[in-house]
This record gives sequence, structure tokens and C-alpha cells, in this order.
Amino acid sequence: MNLLSNLPLLADAGSMFFTPSNSTFAGEVDGLFDFIYWLSVFFFVLIIGVMVYFVLAYYRRPGHEPQHSSSHNNLLEITWSVIPSFLVVVIFVMGFTSYMNIRTPPDDAYEINVVARKWAWLFKYPNGAESENLHIPVGRPVRFILQSEDVIHNMFVPAFRTKMDCVPGRYNEIWVEATNVTGTGINPEDHDPLWLFCAEYCGRDHSNMKAQVYVYETGDFDAWAVKAANLYEGRTMAEVGEILYKRKGCVSCHSVDGSRKAGPSFKAGFGVAHKMADGSEVEMDENYISESIRNPRAKVVAGYEPVMPVFSSSQLSDQDITAIAEYIKSLK
Amino acid sequence: MSVGATPDRFQAADAGGHHDREDNYLLASSGIGSWLFTLDHKRIGVMYLVGIMASFFLGGIFALVLRAELFTGQKLFLSEDAYNQMFTLHGAVMTFLFIIPSIPAALGNFVLPMMLGQKDVAFPRMNLASFYLWVIGAIFFLAAIIFGGLDTGWTFYTPYSVTTNTRVILALLGVFVLGFSSIFTGLNFVVTINTMRPHGMTWFKMPLFLWATYATAIIQLLATPVLGITGLLLIAERALRIGIFDPEIGGDPVLFQHFFWFYSHPAVYIMILPAMGIISELVAVFSRKHIFGYRFIAYSSIAIALLGFLVWGHHMFVSGQSQLAAVVFSGLTFSVSIPSAIKVFNWTSTMYKGSISLATPMCYALAFIFLFTIGGLTGLFLGALATDVQLHDTYFVVAHFHYVMMGGTLVAFVGGLYYWWPKMFGVMYNENAGRFFSLIVFLGFNLTFFPQFIMGSRGMPRRYARYVDEFQIYHQLSTMGAFLLGIGMVGAIAVLIYSLYRGKKAPANPWGANTLEWMCSSPPPLHNFETPPPVGDPYDYSNLRYDEREGGYVVDPGSGKKTYSH
Ligand code: HEM
Ligand SMILES: [Cu+2]
Repeated sequence: MNLLSNLPLLADAGSMFFTPSNSTFAGEVDGLFDFIYWLSVFFFVLIIGVMVYFVLAYYRRPGHEPQHSSSHNNLLEITWSVIPSFLVVVIFVMGFTSYMNIRTPPDDAYEINVVARKWAWLFKYPNGAESENLHIPVGRPVRFILQSEDVIHNMFVPAFRTKMDCVPGRYNEIWVEATNVTGTGINPEDHDPLWLFCAEYCGRDHSNMKAQVYVYETGDFDAWAVKAANLYEGRTMAEVGEILYKRKGCVSCHSVDGSRKAGPSFKAGFGVAHKMADGSEVEMDENYISESIRNPRAKVVAGYEPVMPVFSSSQLSDQDITAIAEYIKSLK
Repeated sequence: MSVGATPDRFQAADAGGHHDREDNYLLASSGIGSWLFTLDHKRIGVMYLVGIMASFFLGGIFALVLRAELFTGQKLFLSEDAYNQMFTLHGAVMTFLFIIPSIPAALGNFVLPMMLGQKDVAFPRMNLASFYLWVIGAIFFLAAIIFGGLDTGWTFYTPYSVTTNTRVILALLGVFVLGFSSIFTGLNFVVTINTMRPHGMTWFKMPLFLWATYATAIIQLLATPVLGITGLLLIAERALRIGIFDPEIGGDPVLFQHFFWFYSHPAVYIMILPAMGIISELVAVFSRKHIFGYRFIAYSSIAIALLGFLVWGHHMFVSGQSQLAAVVFSGLTFSVSIPSAIKVFNWTSTMYKGSISLATPMCYALAFIFLFTIGGLTGLFLGALATDVQLHDTYFVVAHFHYVMMGGTLVAFVGGLYYWWPKMFGVMYNENAGRFFSLIVFLGFNLTFFPQFIMGSRGMPRRYARYVDEFQIYHQLSTMGAFLLGIGMVGAIAVLIYSLYRGKKAPANPWGANTLEWMCSSPPPLHNFETPPPVGDPYDYSNLRYDEREGGYVVDPGSGKKTYSH
């Protein structure tokens, strides 16, 4: 995109401050924004208009002298204190009532667990499905239970007009009822998804910690969820392994292109002997991979800190580990 | 600004008869030691000025590097890590090393005792100590930069700040020491204003700049210790793992935010109140009108200082604090906006039927009113809960606080610098050049920050090294504005520095102000006043008239007023 082709965006004053919205409470939020905006425009034009007028009318020029006028006027002071006070109370009440809507999910909401971690999102659905992008049904309240595995993150979907911190050690919640689908059918390629950003600074890849939001017709969503829950159906073991590698966060410490991160790269590692911190040599095979996942401190590759977290069988099943080993094997 | 290299015109101090070295604080003694160990509030003010301008320059370079990197949204020349360090250092240097000390410590130190008709502040040694604490704090910051940088943001949010391997402890020690520097200045000013007001200067005859610095000093005294303790706790958490902020060992990260904002919200008023004080002086002097609503402006400073302590939770509306807390903090937040509005209305009314001079300081004052009004009004969007949920942690907040901190405080600071410059260094600068660069600053500023409101409300998160394409146009406008703003700032400072070498000699009272600092020669003698100057209404200009030969204002013998007559 270059500068000129984007300029029409600026000219479109009506939607200058908003992107298209996609939630039941977005209208209220935008309405309040508009209300404050026009109130601000009014006071701004008033103050600056008067200021400019005074400069033009009373600028210093030969023969012009300041004229006497009173330097205090209690009635005026009270007027311009009371009227704004009244207006800010109105703004406060409007902001507060909409806020209660934004913060109070209906009882029958569909629930999705959101796990934020450096620097990826994981969404967990009631039927056991998991995904790195967010998939939700249209016209149905969805409640998000937010948690973080490391530092504070923030789930922010501009089109929903809501955001909330994901704080380690506690659960926060938000909810949304999307009003529009982002495309047709269950195939993500046929959608024009919304952005989901991390809005709380969380370190190196904060600005890359984004995901996409797909909104489906209810029937399509259910079909998507069923398909997503059966990870192994229609995929090779190596394909599943790759999905898990990304989803479970291996990607943040192990590269697949040979570059060095917090842990050794997986590239061309399988079947090769690696030097351990204690001086021994170990060949990378299924047993070594399994041990490294279940009990990472047992053998640590020389030159790396023992920082890898343990994955229990509830986080990664034995079958999952086989899939990951297949994936590593496939990285020549 | 090389203060040591005094232009030779200072040696040949002429006008007004009995001049010896005592008559010019800049020449009263010479040698580097006479500056480093000086107890003169004016020299300490000048040293502070040099220090904070250097910090501002550094912070400004960081800002331009950031804006340049953001031109496309893809990687240009900074890695993500480098970008994160850069924005952290920009924010930390600008807040702790520049804005907080800027007006009180540099300009305030210079003019506050003189506005009181005094020779110095109450505790000159403490004043010098405050400067050296600032220097030590700055050294800690530099050390943090050199030995590994800092990438926590100036807000040091936990648990990120507990886990990152950048130099958090060094930087926090810097913040701790700088806090004491700020406390020393505040304490000095409170005592000075309380005990050293001259005969006849009752509280309600004080110039409004003194009211503003007094209110500021109260906040510095009450809030800064909390920051110090918070910093120490965070150091303890990192070094000793005491389990207060890190949830991994039983701490609460949100508690840190409460502590941090308990200081840092009042701190934004440490930044803006002195600026408001300057504007009260400038608008009256350059309109040649008595300030309108004196008492309301004075009381509103105090109101802001006190109410400012009750609103910190508005930075945490989406942190998971209880809904009740959010509602209470939102309500209280709106209460702070009223005293700010009152000030703006009174400044504007002061100009009514005046004789408005568009000298450079007044250009900055008008720019301030324009920009601060936008900054204040956009605070309403953030104080309202439903809209803040959308706007929090986006570029809208970035734009809001730059409008108040840069458009407000910095612009007022530069205006004040241009206003008191003739007094500080005894020279006049080129008005047209000064005005020209104030216009560039104004235009550059708006081009930089207005697009940020738009992209922010459209969802652009802050502290992003990379961004998605749809925000590119706003970032490009903003980057172009930033370079224009940079040119304007460099020009504005260059005009002043040039005047040190080529400027006309300044008269005692070039603007026709009636506060006491203008009663002595420019630059002031070492002890400011031989005899205490008579005190009158600081905003009554009727006894002053312009004297062609002096190039400034003198007391009109025929005015028949008793104020200021020798
Ligand atoms: C009319 C008065 C003002 C109101 C109602 C107001 C309101 C707010 C609110 C509600 C926020 C939090 C936004 C968020 O994080 O979601 C905020 C942020 C901020 N405001 Fe103001 N504000 C006002 C004036 C000022 C002034 C005078 C300054 C400084 C001179 C200032 C500096 C800041 C800063 C630095 C932040 C952001 C801090 C950060 O997150 O890094 N504000 N303001
Ligand atoms: Cu605040």
C-alpha cells in the first residue's frame, strides 16, 4: 500500500475513527464515542474560536491600548464549572452503563478458554478442539476465560470493541456476541477474518502476537468444531506433529530452520548424536524425544539452559508425542 | 549550551552605572569549580537546564529512530528487541530525566526565589544536592543503557520486568535516586514559599506560577516516596524473589500496577501543573491584562493536586480490577477534568480587550491552549469506561498523553524558556526566527500526533514494532510530522543559542511583566536584589510603560501608583 492509495480513508470523515464493528455492544460504544466527539468538537471550536477572535480583535498595534474590563466574574466562573460538570456526569453514566453490558456475559454463553503465552494464542473449545486462531459462531454469546502462562497479555479484537488483560495467576473474562459472519462455509479460506491483537506489552514478539478471528453461521461453526477436535482425521502423523509443534509452543524455543533460539533447532536433528551438558553423547530418537518432553531436565544439550517446561500426558498424549517425533523426522 | 564560554559582551556590562562582577551572576566567579560547587539557585537552574536539554535531545533521537522504523510496518533497521528497548528508553528518559524536572528544577529554580524577591531558596545546599542526585540518577540510566539496555516500558509492569534479562535493577536504582532529587526540589519549594514570601505578598498576591509550583511540590513530596518503595520492592523481587509481584512465587502483578500508578498518575500533574503556571503568566503579560479569575486558577491548581491522588485506577480498567473499582475511578477521573477546564476558560477570558502581543512566548502560550484543549478533551474518551475499553493501550492513549505532555508541558516549557531567557542570560533573541520555529513545532506536532488518535481508535495497539497494512498511512503521516517537529525543536533551540553570541543586550523588563524577577537587571546580580523589592499586584500593568531607549518597560513616574516605585 502506498500513501496516495490510502488517502481516501482519511477523507471518509464519517468512519474516520471507526473500523467496521462486529458485536452487539459496539453500537453503544461507537455512539458514546460520537457523543463525546461532537461535544469535544463543540467546546474546542468554542474555545479556539474565541481565542483566535481575541487575537484578531485585540492584537497589539500602534494606537491600540488594553481596555479595562473586570478581572473576575463569579457568575461566569460558576457557569463554566457547572455546565461541564453536568456534561461529564452524563458521559460518566453513559460510559458506565455500557461498560456493565460489556463486562457482564449472559448465563447461557458458549465458553472458550483462552491461553496467552509468549508469543501465541491458544483457544480451547468445550468439545476438546484447540486452535491458534479464534473461531466463533455468529449471533451467540461467547464467554472467554482468559489466562496467561507467563507475563501479562491482552486479548483485543478491535471489531468487537472490547479487550481484557490475561493475567498470570488469575482468570479474567470477557464476552462477545458477534453480529456478522466473516465469510461463508467452514473453510477459513473463504473468510475475511478480523484481527485479534495482544494489547499489553509482553516482550520481544509483542507486535507479532496476533491471531485471526473467524465468525461462522451456527451450523458451520459446529461442523468446524467437530473437525477441529479430531486432529488426526485426514492428516498424516507428521502434519499433526507440525500443528502441535506450533500450538503447544515448541515453536517459541525450537526453530526448524537451524537458527538458534532458547533451545536447539529441530532441523536435521533426528538420528544424529548430540553432545550433552554432562559430556555424554545421545542420539536423537523417539525415546530421547519422549524423555525430553516428559522429563526435560534429564538430558540437557550442551550450551543450553535447562529451561524447557514439563509436558504431562494431559497436555500431550503419547500419540501426540509420536506425531511430533514424526514431524521432527520429516525435517531434513 | 556552553555556559562556560561566556560571550564577551557580558564582560562589558554597561547600562545603568555601578556595575562590577557582582552585578552578573554569570560572571560573579569563574572557573568550572565555581559552577560545580555553586549554591546560587540561578546557576543550579542553568546547570539543570543544560542537563535536561541533553536528556531531551537524547530522548528525541530515540523518538525519531522509532518513528523512522515505523514508516512501513516491516523491519527496516531495528529488530523487535531493539525497538522495544528504544521505546522504553525514549519513555523513561523523557519522563524521569526530562519532563518531571524540566519546569520546576530548571525554570522554577531560576525564577522562584526571584519571584519572591529573595536571594535564594530556603535550603541552597539541598538544592545543589538535588541537582547531583539528578546527575547520579542519569548515570544509572546511562549505565542501564550501556550494560544491556532496558525493555520493560517506562511502566516496569510485572511479571515481565521480573523475568526479562535486561538491566531492570540499574534503571530502578536510577528512578529511585531521581525520586529523591524530585523530593528535594519539592521540599525546598514548599519551605521557601511558606516561609520566605516577602512582606505584603499574601497567598493570594502570589504569582500563579508560584501557586502551580507549590501544588506541584506537594505532589512531589507525597507521591514520590511511593514510587521509591515500589522500585525497591521490584528490585527485591528480582534479586531475592520475595514473592510480592510475581505470581509464580505467590505475588500479584496487578498490585504492582496499583503502586506504580499511585505515583505515576499524580506524576502527570507534576508534569502539567508547572506548565499551567507558566501559561498563566504568559497570557496575562502578553495581553497586558490582569489575569482573569485569579482565585479560581489558584484553587484549581490545588484541586488538581489533591484530586489527582484519587484516580490512579483509571489506568487499569481492563486489568481485571473489580467493576466497582472501575466505576469509582471513572467517576473520580471526571472530577479532575473540571479544574483543568476552568483554567482554560480563564486564560482565554484574560485576553478579552487586551493588547495582545504575538511575541514568541505568547505564540507558545496560544499553541499550548490549542494543544492542551485537545489533550484534555480526549481524556474524556479515556475516562468514560465503555470507550476506554476500546481505546486503552492503543495509539489513542499515546496521542492523548503526547498532547498533554508534549503539546502541553513541553510547549509551555519552551514558551517559558523564551520568556525568561532574557532574564537568564541577558540577551534578546531574534523574534521572527523564534516565532517561525514555534509555528513549525506546532504544525509538526499536530501532524505527528493527530493521526495517532485515528489509528488508535481504529485499533492500532501501542508498543508495536510491526503493524498490519491498514495502519500504514497514519504511521507515515506521523513519521513525517515527527521529522518536521524535530526540525522545529532544533530550530527553536538554535535561535536561543545563537542569541547568546549575537543577541542584543536585554533590558531589565523586556515584556512589561510585573512579577518581582523583572525588577532586577538582566542577567540578575549574584544576590538578585540589594533591597527587597516592593510587592504589588503581580498582574497590574498600569504603571509600566514601554521605553524606546531601554527597549523594555519601565515604571511610569506619572502613573501615581505606589507599586514598584523606587
Ligand atoms: C483533563 C484531564 C485528563 C483526563 C480526564 C485524563 C484521562 C486519562 C485516562 C483515563 C488515561 C488512561 C487511559 C488508558 O490507559 O486506557 C490517561 C492516560 C494517560 N494520561 Fe491522561 N488525562 C488527563 C490529563 C492528563 C495530563 C494533564 C497528563 C500529563 C501531563 C496526562 C498524561 C497521561 C499519561 C502519561 C497517560 C498514559 C500512561 C501510560 O499508559 O503510559 N493526562 N489519561
Ligand atoms: Cu492517569
